[in-house]
Amino acid sequence: MEIQVCIGSVCHLKGSYDIIHQLEEMIASHGLEDRVTIKAAFCLGNCTGAVCVKADGEIYSVQPENVGKFFETVVEKKVM
Amino acid sequence: MRKFESNVQFLKYQVNKEVTKHFLQGEECSEHLDEIAESIIPGPKPMTRCCIYKERHIVKERAKAVIEPLKGKNVIQILRSACDECPIDRYVVTEACRGCLAHRCKDVCPRGAIMIMGQRAYINQQLCVECGRCKDVCPFHAISDVQRPCIRSCAIKAIVFDEEKKAYIDDEKCVSCGACVYNCPFGAVVDKSYVLDVMKLIKESENNTKYRVYAIVAPAIGSQFTDVKVEQVINGIEKIGFYHAVEVALGADIVSCHEAEEFANTITERQWMTSSCCPAFVKYIQTSYPELMEHVSGTVSPMIAIARLLRSVEENCKIVFIGPCTAKKMEIKEDDLKGDVDYVLTFEELQAILDAMEIDLSQCEETSLDNASYFGRLFARSGGVSEAVQQAIEVKGIDADYRPIKCNGLDEVVKNLRLAKLNRLPGNFMEGMACKGGCIGGAASLSHGPKDVTEVDKYGKLSKEENSVQATRVFNLDVVDLERKYPGMEEKAEEKTEQ
Repeated sequence: MEIQVCIGSVCHLKGSYDIIHQLEEMIASHGLEDRVTIKAAFCLGNCTGAVCVKADGEIYSVQPENVGKFFETVVEKKVM
Repeated sequence: MRKFESNVQFLKYQVNKEVTKHFLQGEECSEHLDEIAESIIPGPKPMTRCCIYKERHIVKERAKAVIEPLKGKNVIQILRSACDECPIDRYVVTEACRGCLAHRCKDVCPRGAIMIMGQRAYINQQLCVECGRCKDVCPFHAISDVQRPCIRSCAIKAIVFDEEKKAYIDDEKCVSCGACVYNCPFGAVVDKSYVLDVMKLIKESENNTKYRVYAIVAPAIGSQFTDVKVEQVINGIEKIGFYHAVEVALGADIVSCHEAEEFANTITERQWMTSSCCPAFVKYIQTSYPELMEHVSGTVSPMIAIARLLRSVEENCKIVFIGPCTAKKMEIKEDDLKGDVDYVLTFEELQAILDAMEIDLSQCEETSLDNASYFGRLFARSGGVSEAVQQAIEVKGIDADYRPIKCNGLDEVVKNLRLAKLNRLPGNFMEGMACKGGCIGGAASLSHGPKDVTEVDKYGKLSKEENSVQATRVFNLDVVDLERKYPGMEEKAEEKTEQ
């Protein structure tokens, strides 16, 4: 599974770099490195919903505060 | 409306704007040359030339240069019909000469080129070697230096004149910095404009559905449109039809980190190295000091770094660089960089497109532009690269004896390379920028004012990321090739290993 995190200007200002880091840590702590990859993207086209995260073709609006929830409900569910 | 620095800049802008307008109306621009010329030169009185017909002819030639593909290889060319054949003799005695008793001019001339006749000094141009001493000693300032502005502006002496006294560019020497484009008072030197190609690229993207067109914007943006916010300019750029705008300053952050490592790893062997972000500077060493190429940083420029990063994320995108630089138009054609950036637009050309599309920046909303750090944004001004590399060395905790020396403008570059050749460079990291003041003083910069440096620093301080290492921390740069492959260098490296 590939997760794309938007790092375009708007998303970057809303903390997309932090989200990438948090996701990387969660993936590592769950031992999912070989099943989930994170990629940066320059603008996923939904700046009003910053930070944009795309997983399995769907776009989610994620903030640094609720990355955990996103990981649980979207990533874990699909991979585990 | 924007106030232009000179009528030359204004004319260039008008031509780009009119051509773009005809394109937007779905017309074949080459069929409307007369219309374009007449709209810019309405008459009935000429502005500077003998008649409106010559002026219109020149406008048509300028428009053709925009519409037709580049002839020859240099993006900087002389418009022969616009060259006014300025005087060739450099020093002339003017009316202010009083035919004084002292005649210091005559005494100081090392060639005996000055004679006094009928109570006035005359210079025998056959003997004159243009040393200028007569001018310096005349108590009445009666001797005038009327060197051609194009020749004076060219620090590397790439402009000569032909048998018809028209200016002529020696393409083997020219580094396409654009100094002559900016300095010719008749606007007779032009840099190839790619406005039409960019407009076509955007149109054929069918609203960024067939492929996405990204604008990568040079950090000099900080000093360009000072009556509106940078965010409004970015919004304007997206209104033109670009999918998204990305900061080249992020590429500069990548470069400062990479160059800091390169410095640490190679300085003992190389003894001194240069920066490589300014294409005119690199080209000058390539053409005039090929034996010093091993000292030139092998890191790509920020423009190439950001373009390759973009392509590593999105393979099929199209990329247009927007900046103050004419030499970038040459850089993208270099053999080892071809295909990284599709076109280069200048800020002057950007303004023309915005106005042709009637996009009023002051009415635009704000779209943020933020990825880079303060240091990445400093690349726009002289001294910025040195500071950024120093910062990267410090943040990475590299132990290095780093002694930067900044060369502000091609004349300082010329001077310091001579010293470097003799192993007398007063430092070990040479920051080379062909334009005075750095990129913000670029030939196609919209503003060349004293406040530009503060504008760049002010803009830099607005960035979210603290330093270059922070700004680049989320990218997998292992998949991005940041190395230059200068022509001829590989064979040289092989020779070395064989020995």
